[in-house]
Amino acid sequence: MTKQKLAFNWASSCGGCEIAIFELGTKLIELTNKVEIVFWPAIMDYKYQDLEAKPDGNIDVAFMNGAIQNSENEHIAKMLRAKSKILVAFGACAYTGGIPALANTTTRDEIFTNSYKDTPTTVNPEKIVPQTKVQTKEGELTIPEFYNTVKTLDQVVDVDYYVPGCPPVGEQVSKVITQFVEGQLPPKGSVLGASDRSLCYECKRVRDERKIGKIVRTYQTIPDPQKCLLEQGIICMGPATRGGCGSVCLDANMPCRGCYGPLPKTMDQGGKMLSALSSIFDAQTEEDIQKIADGVEDPIGTFYRFSMGRSLMRRTKK
Amino acid sequence: MGTTPPKRVGVFVCHCGLNIAGTVSINEVVERAKKQAGVVFAFDHKYLCSEPGQALIKDSIKQQHLDAVVVAACSPAMHETTFKNVARSAGLNRYNCEVANIREQGSWVHDDREKATRKSHIAVRQAIEKVKLNEALEPITVPVTRKVLVVGGGIAGIRAALDVANAGYEVYLVEKSGTIGGRMAQLSETFPTLDCSTCILGPLMVEVYRHPKIKLFRLSKVEEVKGYIGNFKVTVRQEPSYVDVAKCNACGECAKVCPAEVPNEFDMGLTWRKAIYTPFAQAVPPAYVLDSKNCLGLLPQACGECEKACDKYGTSCINLDAWPEVHEFEVGAIIAATGYDLYNAANLTEYGYGTHPDIMTSLEFERMLSASGPTSGEIRCPSDGHTPRDIVFIQCAGQREPETALPYCSKICCMYTARHAMMFHHKVPEGQAYVFYMDIRAGGKGYEEFVKRCQEEKGLLYLRGRVAKVYEENGKLIVKGVDTLSGKTVEINADLVVLAVGMVPSAETHELATKLKASLDVYGFFAEAHPKLRPLESPTAGIYIAGAGHAPKDIPDTVAQASGAASKALDLLSSPTLEREPTVAKVTGELCSGCGICIPLCPYTALTLNATTKVAEVSAALCEGCGTCIASCPSGALSLRNLTDEQILAMVEAIVAS
Amino acid sequence: MSSFEPKIVGFLCKWCSYAGADLAGTNRLKYPSNVSSIRVNCSGRIDPTLVMKALALGADGVLIAGCHPGDCHYTNGNIKTLRRFKLLQKMLDQFGIERERVRLEWISAAEGERYAQVVRSMTEQIRLLGPLNWKHEVEVTA
Repeated sequence: MTKQKLAFNWASSCGGCEIAIFELGTKLIELTNKVEIVFWPAIMDYKYQDLEAKPDGNIDVAFMNGAIQNSENEHIAKMLRAKSKILVAFGACAYTGGIPALANTTTRDEIFTNSYKDTPTTVNPEKIVPQTKVQTKEGELTIPEFYNTVKTLDQVVDVDYYVPGCPPVGEQVSKVITQFVEGQLPPKGSVLGASDRSLCYECKRVRDERKIGKIVRTYQTIPDPQKCLLEQGIICMGPATRGGCGSVCLDANMPCRGCYGPLPKTMDQGGKMLSALSSIFDAQTEEDIQKIADGVEDPIGTFYRFSMGRSLMRRTKK
Repeated sequence: MGTTPPKRVGVFVCHCGLNIAGTVSINEVVERAKKQAGVVFAFDHKYLCSEPGQALIKDSIKQQHLDAVVVAACSPAMHETTFKNVARSAGLNRYNCEVANIREQGSWVHDDREKATRKSHIAVRQAIEKVKLNEALEPITVPVTRKVLVVGGGIAGIRAALDVANAGYEVYLVEKSGTIGGRMAQLSETFPTLDCSTCILGPLMVEVYRHPKIKLFRLSKVEEVKGYIGNFKVTVRQEPSYVDVAKCNACGECAKVCPAEVPNEFDMGLTWRKAIYTPFAQAVPPAYVLDSKNCLGLLPQACGECEKACDKYGTSCINLDAWPEVHEFEVGAIIAATGYDLYNAANLTEYGYGTHPDIMTSLEFERMLSASGPTSGEIRCPSDGHTPRDIVFIQCAGQREPETALPYCSKICCMYTARHAMMFHHKVPEGQAYVFYMDIRAGGKGYEEFVKRCQEEKGLLYLRGRVAKVYEENGKLIVKGVDTLSGKTVEINADLVVLAVGMVPSAETHELATKLKASLDVYGFFAEAHPKLRPLESPTAGIYIAGAGHAPKDIPDTVAQASGAASKALDLLSSPTLEREPTVAKVTGELCSGCGICIPLCPYTALTLNATTKVAEVSAALCEGCGTCIASCPSGALSLRNLTDEQILAMVEAIVAS
Repeated sequence: MSSFEPKIVGFLCKWCSYAGADLAGTNRLKYPSNVSSIRVNCSGRIDPTLVMKALALGADGVLIAGCHPGDCHYTNGNIKTLRRFKLLQKMLDQFGIERERVRLEWISAAEGERYAQVVRSMTEQIRLLGPLNWKHEVEVTA
C-alpha cells in the first residue's frame, strides 16, 4: 500500500501548531509507518526548491498553519495549494487569523514605526524601516512585502478543511490525522477536530443566575473554580466558541479566550459574544449600562482575539 | 432531499388614487419588480384594497399559479390583514403575502419623484426577498381548559370568582386564611358613603360559599403551577382545620377551654384569640378553625381539651387526627388577587411606633372603630383604656419618601383618614382631631365632597405640614409638626396618634408570582402587561391580576379591576381552543449548547433549559415573538420564524445594493 | 453641498418607531429618502452582528429605533437593545466608525416629527462624513 504523502508548513505563526503535532508523541512514530512526511520545514531541512520540484497534486494532504501576513506567506500558500490534493487550514491563525490578525487594528506604517523607531531599546538613528527592494553592490535584494491587512488562509487560496485551536489540542490532532490517514473525509469545507456546539456544552462549571453586575479582569480576582466565570464578571468566550478542546483553560481556572473560533451558524464570533455578554448586563438605565460596558477595556482585543481575520469588519479604519 | 422549486412571486402595486401615483412612478416600480429574481408577474391597480383590487390579486394568484405575493401599498399597519386574507382566500398561506410600505414611508414623505420611486423600488425588493424565504406557518392551536383559578379570597378574588362562576364556568378559589373576606372584612365603614363594610361584603361572601360553581379551598396555598395559557396544572396544599364544617355550629365551647392564647391577627394584635378560634364573627364558612402552629401540640397530642368539650357540649365535630390535603386540578386562566399588607411602621423611628401603645397604625385604629372590634366600637387608648380627647392623624407616614421609606403614594390614605377623623368626631363629639397632611388626594366619585365636609367639620383640624417627631414626655405623647399655611411649628399633646402607613404587596404576592412566573414591578406588586393598554393582565399569558396586589387602590377600583380580570379570563375561556401567532422563536437543538444566556431574557418565561438534553426549549404557546433571545444567542441556535437573520440580511442587501 | 446620497438601513420596531414613522407620513412631513426601514417586532431583535454586516455590505449608516424605556410592548426589549448598543458603540469606536453612523433612538408612535428629524439629521451628518464604503476599506488597504 502506498503511503499517503503529508506536508506541514507554516506562515505567520508562533510554532505552537508544530508543537501540537509533536504532542502526538509516540503516535507520531506509528504514523510514519502509514504516512510519508514529504515536507516539514519546522523540523527538518527542507528548502523551497524541494516544494517547487514536486508535481502538482503530488502531496495528498497538506496542513498549513499561520496567518497570511506577508507576500511570502501568500506565495507559499499558493504553492502548497497547487502541490496538494487536500489543503487543511491548521490552527487558529490559518483558520480565523489568530493573534497575528490583531495587526488589523493598526497599519503597516504604525507597526513599522513602533517596531523600528519607537521602542525604547531600538537603536536606529537613521530611522530606517524595511524596504521590499534595496540595491547593494552585489545587486538587488528583495524581502517579502509586509501586508497592511492580515488574511486567513482561505482568503488567499481554496481551503478544503479547517482545524481550529491555538493550538489544536493533542487528542483532536490525533483524531484528525487519523481521519485523513483512514480516508474518512467529511464534506469539503468542514471544520474538523472540534464540536459543533459551544464550550458551554462541555464545561463542568455550575450555572446559576445569568447576569453580570460588573466586569472583572482575571488579575483582579481568584475565581471560584466551580461557578461559571461569566457569572463572576469574568469575560469567558465559551458561549461563542466551538468546544472540543476539553475546556482545558476552564479547568485551569482561566476563562476561554475563543481560540477554537466561531460556531457553525454564526456570522461573526466577536459580535455574537458582544451581544450575548451585554444582553445579561444587570443594568436598566443608560448610566448603569455604560458603567458595566466601561469594564470591557478592549472590545476588539477581547472578542476578536483569535478571529479578527474571519470577522465581518476584518480590520479597523485608519 | 430534493430542492424545493423557487416561489413564483407576484407583485401588485397600488396607486391609492393619487396618494401614491401622484409622487411615485407606478409604472417604473412595476417594471423594475418584474426584473427581480423570482418575480413572474407584476401589475398595478388604482385601489388594491377595494373589492375589484382584491379580486385582481385573487384571480392573478390562480391564473398565474403564484406561490407568494407582494403588495406595494399603504403601511402594513393599515391593510396587512386584508391582503393576507385575500391571499388565504386564493389558497395561499397567510405568510406568503408581504406588504411593502410605499405610501406612509414613501409617497407621502418624499417630494422628489425620482427619489420616491427609487425608495419604493427598494421597499418592494425587500418584501420580495422576505416573502421568498417565509415559511408557510399555521397558527398554533392550544386547547383551553375552561376553568379558572382565583388566588386570594378578598373582595377582588370574591368579585372575580363570582363573575366567572355566574358566566357558567367552574372556579377554584384559594384562600390562605380560614375565611374569605380579606382586608375589607377588617374595615368598619367604607368611604365616602360610610357604608358598613361587613354589611356590603357579607352577602357576597355567602354567595361565593353557596355558589355551585365555586370550589373554595381555605387554609390553602398554591404549591406549584405548571403549563401555560389555557393549560395550567395547579397543585394546592390545604391545611386541615380539624373541625367538620358541616357539623360545627360555632357554639364556642372549644375556645372556652383552649389554654393557648395568641394575638388576634384580625384585630391587628389588639386582642387575643385562642388556638381554636373563629377568624371573625361573620366568617365564611361559619366554623371554628384550629391553628395547629399555636396549638400546644398535635403530634403527640398535648392537650385535646377542645375535642373533649365539643364531644360533651357540642356536636362532636373536632377531629385532631387530620392531615393536609393536596389538590391537583387543571385550569385555563389564573387570576391573582393576593392583596396587600401594611408597611412596617416600626421602621418609622421618628413616629415612635412600638415605643408606646397609643401610637397605632391606621388598620389598628380601624379595628377599634369596628363594632366587632377590641373595644366594641368605642375609641379608647390602648395604654389605659381612657377615651382620648386629642387624636393626631399623620398622613403619608413612610410614603412619598424616596430616600427613607416608600417612594409612592398609597392612594387611599387621605380618604380613610378623613373617615377615621369623622368617625372619631361622631363617637367622641367633645374630642379634637388633628390631621397632618401634605396633599389631599380625593379623586374618586364623591371623594372630594366627603373630604371637604370633614375639613369643614368642627372638631377636625387639617394642618398642612409634616410631623417631625412623636415622643413621650411626662406620660403624654407629644407630636411635633409644622403648619405650612400659617408658617408656624405646632406641638400637640396627643392622647392617641394614628399613622396612615402605606400599602405594600402581601408576602403571598411574591410567593405566587414566583410560582406563576409572573413578573413583579420594582415595588414587588404584580406587573401589568402594559400600564395603559393592558392593566388587567400579567405579561405572562393566561395570568390576570386584580386588586391591591397589583397596586394600591380603593374598593371601587378593586371591584372594577376584578370584574375586568374576570372578563379577560372569560374571553380566554370563550372558545375550547386558543390560537397563538406562529411567528415564534425556535431552537435548533443540535446547535444549542445550553449556555443559558437566553433564559432570563424572556419577559414571558417562554424559554427553559431541559435538564436532561441540556439544551434550551421554547414554549410556542408562551412566546410572543419579540426576538430578543435570538439576538442574544451566541451560537445561532435560536431563530425567529419568518424573521430570520437570513431574511433580515436579504432585506439589508436589497437596501444597500446599488 | 455634496452629491453623495448616504444609504442608511433603519431597523424600526413595529409598535413604536415604525408607527411613528407612519405618522410622519400621515402628517405629510417631508424628510430625505435615504433611510429604508426594516420592520421588526422589537428593537431587541437587533443583534450587533446584523449592524456590522449591514455596514460591511455597504451601508453608510444604521439606525435602530425602539420604544422609550418603560414603553416597550414586550416589557423591556429596548433595554436589552440599549445594553448591546452601548458595548457595540465602544467597539465601533475602535473600528474607526464615527458615532453618527450608528444610532439608537427612542421614537414613540406619537413622534412623527421626531422620526422625520432623526432621518434629516442622520442623513446630513453622514453626507458630511462621506461614504463608509467598508469593502473598499478592507480590500484597498490590504
